[in-house]
Amino acid sequence: MTAFIPDAPILIDQQPLLRVTAARRLYGSFVAVDDVSLEVWPGEVIGIVGESGSGKSTLLRMLNLEEPSNGGDYRLTLPGRAEQNLFDLDRFEKRALRARHIGIVYQNPHLGLMMHNSSSGNVAERLVVAGERRFAVMRRRATGALAASDFPLDRKDAPPIELSGGMQQRVQLAKAIALEPELLLLDEPTTGLDVSVQALVIDTLKRLQAERAITMIVVSHDLGVIRTLADRVLVMKQGRVVEQGLTDQVLHDPQHPYAQELVHARL
Amino acid sequence: MPVSDPVLSVQALTKGFTVHHLSTEIAAFADVSFDLAQGEFLLLRGPNGVGKSTLLRTLWRSCVPLGGRAVFQSSRGPVDLLRAADVDIAWLRRNDIGFATQFLTARPRVSAEALVAEPLTQSGVALDAALQTARQHLHAFGVSPLLWPAYPSTFSGGEQQKVNLARALIVPRKLLLLDEPTASLDAAARQALVARLAALKAAGTAMIGVFHHPEDVAHLIDRELALAPAVAA
Repeated sequence: MTAFIPDAPILIDQQPLLRVTAARRLYGSFVAVDDVSLEVWPGEVIGIVGESGSGKSTLLRMLNLEEPSNGGDYRLTLPGRAEQNLFDLDRFEKRALRARHIGIVYQNPHLGLMMHNSSSGNVAERLVVAGERRFAVMRRRATGALAASDFPLDRKDAPPIELSGGMQQRVQLAKAIALEPELLLLDEPTTGLDVSVQALVIDTLKRLQAERAITMIVVSHDLGVIRTLADRVLVMKQGRVVEQGLTDQVLHDPQHPYAQELVHARL
Repeated sequence: MPVSDPVLSVQALTKGFTVHHLSTEIAAFADVSFDLAQGEFLLLRGPNGVGKSTLLRTLWRSCVPLGGRAVFQSSRGPVDLLRAADVDIAWLRRNDIGFATQFLTARPRVSAEALVAEPLTQSGVALDAALQTARQHLHAFGVSPLLWPAYPSTFSGGEQQKVNLARALIVPRKLLLLDEPTASLDAAARQALVARLAALKAAGTAMIGVFHHPEDVAHLIDRELALAPAVAA
C-alpha cells in the first residue's frame, strides 16, 4: 500500500532479536495466521492491533512456543540458538526455551497463574521450572520481580484469587520478568481493568521498558494503549498483516482500508 | 563532510491521501524541492490546508510520502528519510531529528519534569542530571516549580505547550521541525522559545518551521518557501 518499499536498516548497529518469516497456523481448513513475517530489534515495543479473530493472540501464542505452527520460520538471536527454527523444536525444548527466554502476560490471569497458590509462590514457580533449587535465591528473586512490577510486597503471600484484576496482572508480570527474559509478550494486558488501574499497568510497563530495555510485543484492541506503549504497529485482519509502520504513522496516516476504518472508529 | 553540503536535500517531494471510505484521492503538495544547510532556518508559507504541517510530518514520517527523495546527512551518514526503514527513522527521532508541535502527548502518571527529561535519559544522560536540566528548561519557559512534579494531563493548554516545547527542544538536534510552536503561548514563553531557537540555530541546528505569526521569529528566518495548492491529479 505504501508508495515505497523501505530500505533495509542502515543506521542501527544491532541485529534483530526476533525474526519470523511466513508464519502460518491452521485450524482444520481455517487459516488463523497467514504468512506473517516480522522483525523486532532489541528494546523495541511492537503493538499488534486488529479485531477479534484476526489472529493476533494466536500469533502471540506461537511466539511463546505454546501454539504449534503449520509452516514458517522463527528465530531468536540467543546464544547457541540463532541458527535454529524454534518452530521445529520438540515440546521439551520449547518449554525450556520459553521458561528461560520468553515471558508472557495473558489477558485472563487464570491462564498464567495458579490462583490458589501464594503470589510469591507463583513467581517462584517460574524459577523452579528454570532449575533454581536454592530457597533463599528463589525468595529474593521472586520478591525483586514483584517489587519491579509495582506489586505491594505486604500482599505477596496472598493467593491471586484474593487479589483485584490489576494486582493479578502484576503477579503475572512479575512471573514473566522473574528470569529477565529477552522477550516479553503481552496479550491485552489492560483489557477489563478500570481506567486508573490501566494507567498503573502501563506506567509499570513503560518503566520496565526504560530501565531494562526489554523487548515487548503487545496485543491490544485499545489504540490508546498501543499509542502509549508501542514504537511500531502491525495491523492484522483475517490472519494477515495488512499494514505495519511507526505507531504515529499508522495512527495519523493509515494506508490500508481496514487500518483507516480502525483508526476512524477510535473514540 | 564539508560544511557546504546541505543537511537536508529534498527533491520532488509529493504527498496525497487516499480516503478509502470515500474512494477519493486528496492531493496535498507535489514536486516540492529545497536544500537546507546547517544552521539555516526555512519558513514554510501558504494558506490553511495547503499542506505545510503535512510536509513536516512527511519528513518526520508520521505521514507516508507518495514520491520524491529527502536525503538527510545523519550523524551516521546519508539516509533518504522517505525510504528509510522504520527502525532507522525511530533511531533518527532519538538522536538527530526533533519535532516541536503545539500539542503535548501526556502520558498517564508521568510528571512534567520526567517527560521533559526523557529525551536526555534516552540519549544516555543519568536521571538526576537529566531532571536538573529539565527543571532549568521548564523554568526558562515560565512553568511554575509547583507544577514540575505534577502530571500535565490536567494542565491548561498553554502550560502543556510549554512542557511540550521544553521536551522537544532540550536535546540539540541536527534538524528541527517546528509546527506552530508559538500558537497560544504567552509573551514571556514566546520570548523564551525564540531565545532557545536562536541558541540552537547558532549551534548549527537546521530548522523548518510553520508559524501563524512569523514575525515572532522574523530575525531567525533565512529563507521562505511558499506552498501553493496542489492541482488535483
